[in-house]
Amino acid sequence: MNLPYAPSRIEAVEREVPVNKALLLGLYRQMLAIRRIEEASAKAYAQGKIGGFLHLGIGQEAVCVGAVGALRPEDYVVATYREHGHAYAKGMTARSILAELYGKKTGCSKGLGGSMHLFDAEKNFLGGYGIVGGHVPLAAGVAYKCKYLGEKRVTLCFFGDGAANIGGFFEGVALAALWKLPIVFICENNLYSMGTPLYRSLSVEDVSMKALAFGIARDRFDGEDVLRVRARLAEAVERARETCEPTLIEVRTYRFRGHSMSDPGQYRTKDEVEEWKKRDPLSIARRRLVEEADADEGELRQIELGVKAELEDAIRFADESPPADEYLPFTIKE
Amino acid sequence: MPTMNIIQAVNDALRLEMRRDPRVVILGEDVAKFGGVFRATSGLVDEFGPDRVMDTPLAEAGIIGAAIGMALYGLRPVPEIQFADFIFPAFDQIVNELAKFRYRSGGQYPAPVVIRTPYGGGIRGGHYHSQSPEALFIHTPGLKVVVPSDPYEAKGLLLSCIRQNDPVLFLEPKRIYRASKGEVPEGDYTIPLGKARVVREGTQVTVIAWGSMLHTALEGVDKAAELGISCEVIDLRTLMPFDVETMVESVKKTGRAVIVQEAPRTCGFAAELSATISERAMAWLEAPVERLCGFDTPFPYTLEHEYMPNGDRVLSTIQKTLDW
Repeated sequence: MNLPYAPSRIEAVEREVPVNKALLLGLYRQMLAIRRIEEASAKAYAQGKIGGFLHLGIGQEAVCVGAVGALRPEDYVVATYREHGHAYAKGMTARSILAELYGKKTGCSKGLGGSMHLFDAEKNFLGGYGIVGGHVPLAAGVAYKCKYLGEKRVTLCFFGDGAANIGGFFEGVALAALWKLPIVFICENNLYSMGTPLYRSLSVEDVSMKALAFGIARDRFDGEDVLRVRARLAEAVERARETCEPTLIEVRTYRFRGHSMSDPGQYRTKDEVEEWKKRDPLSIARRRLVEEADADEGELRQIELGVKAELEDAIRFADESPPADEYLPFTIKE
Repeated sequence: MPTMNIIQAVNDALRLEMRRDPRVVILGEDVAKFGGVFRATSGLVDEFGPDRVMDTPLAEAGIIGAAIGMALYGLRPVPEIQFADFIFPAFDQIVNELAKFRYRSGGQYPAPVVIRTPYGGGIRGGHYHSQSPEALFIHTPGLKVVVPSDPYEAKGLLLSCIRQNDPVLFLEPKRIYRASKGEVPEGDYTIPLGKARVVREGTQVTVIAWGSMLHTALEGVDKAAELGISCEVIDLRTLMPFDVETMVESVKKTGRAVIVQEAPRTCGFAAELSATISERAMAWLEAPVERLCGFDTPFPYTLEHEYMPNGDRVLSTIQKTLDW
């Protein structure tokens, strides 16, 4: 293959993170549940139960699960419009996520937002954001609050490669660097901003290089191994928590589906997609569990059945819940 | 009671609230050491320190975005945008993030950000230092828009804004920043949002204005009084949500309405007020509702005196409704 954005271009990973069986079982379960949530969403979308726009993260699960896995419950997550997995990883339930996508009153945002508007104040999950890059300065503000109040809390701000060109990204990182805020910016670089490949949207394809302009720490690695993502994030999270130093991280990843449900993905070859599917983060985690931690099939089957039951319950819950109530903050009455 | 101008009243309100509530922080371009381009935050950094009064880079989207993040978990940021003309780099933050936050999070996250910004013409500021963009923000559901017209109003309204939970755009009429002086109580007091003020009672024509145009309106009304014309004058104070009842009740009494705004005419806020009056008081109207506005042109530098409504134009508009 001769693709400018082929896996071979990604920098080699310099060290393998050894398997901790209990930890990896937990992360694997989360990734599996997220994939099943995404598959259930796609099905519900096709059935007309979910309207509007739906962006699935199938293929990228190791990034959100590994990164959020490096946080404490009191830490904050600010995510993008492809954020169902991030919400789940932060502790939100499949029920509250699916019900929100369905526009039901029992959804995490009372069904008033939908797919790009997952919020949970108790879990410190600060939302999906539909305006690319607009959330980056906002995340800096959340981190400022933590520093101002003397809390040892870290804010983790996700963004995509598409956001790496927009003003909001630069203004947000600039403030975080200037004010030395406890924050980690993590670029989920899935190689395409919608249908435009990296080499046509970024003059420097290594997004982590932008850290140099702000004088902050940076890191860059492949995102298919959830243990690696978690371990590398842990370093940046520690830096933020202990020394209030921001870090800019680029993680290379790949979405197996289109940008949104309406995207057939014709800008990528079948070969390219198949090549990436060989590095499916779920398969990698499962393989490592079996080969390096002696997990047996029965044990893994147990997890998979548990996830199946969780999703069946969540889908039924979303189906049966009442639709969103009217909610008008204020208006001039007719 | 001390006499203050609007800048001093704003400064007094900020100082009072920062003493009372440690969650209140200020951020913006040159707001700390410099004290703000018009000195509205003068001296605050000395009393409250650089963690509460923050100079920022020239990055309006960053300023407003960061303020939203601060507000979500309980700080009460009062960002300053140096001139209302400079608010547009932050338009996305205000329209897409700030205004929608409470709604799209199902009520979990109110975003109590009060954006202060000097607006309006009359200081020969030209294209980039004179605009009145209130209609763009009134047209953005989820925001409140408040405009004080004198020092007493400025302090009482600003304190109300900081103490409630919705995002507010607080537009300060810079033409009368120093020209408008008056007695301002030293201590704590608030003026409720959403309530207009009848500045002068009258019987023949209702004249509605806000900010510096209130003073222009009064100039015209004084001239009308010399001709024996009795006008009722309303200072709208809160443009969103605006006080329908006070305005409509007045028009039902007088049968005529003149709205004075310095923003361009087409799709300006005066159009919304005119429509509301027509819908609610049609049977009481003796003449069409009149709008006296700026022109549909970029804000002019040399021709500013032609552009700005003045007392004579207010008078002739009042007369037009009487002659109809």
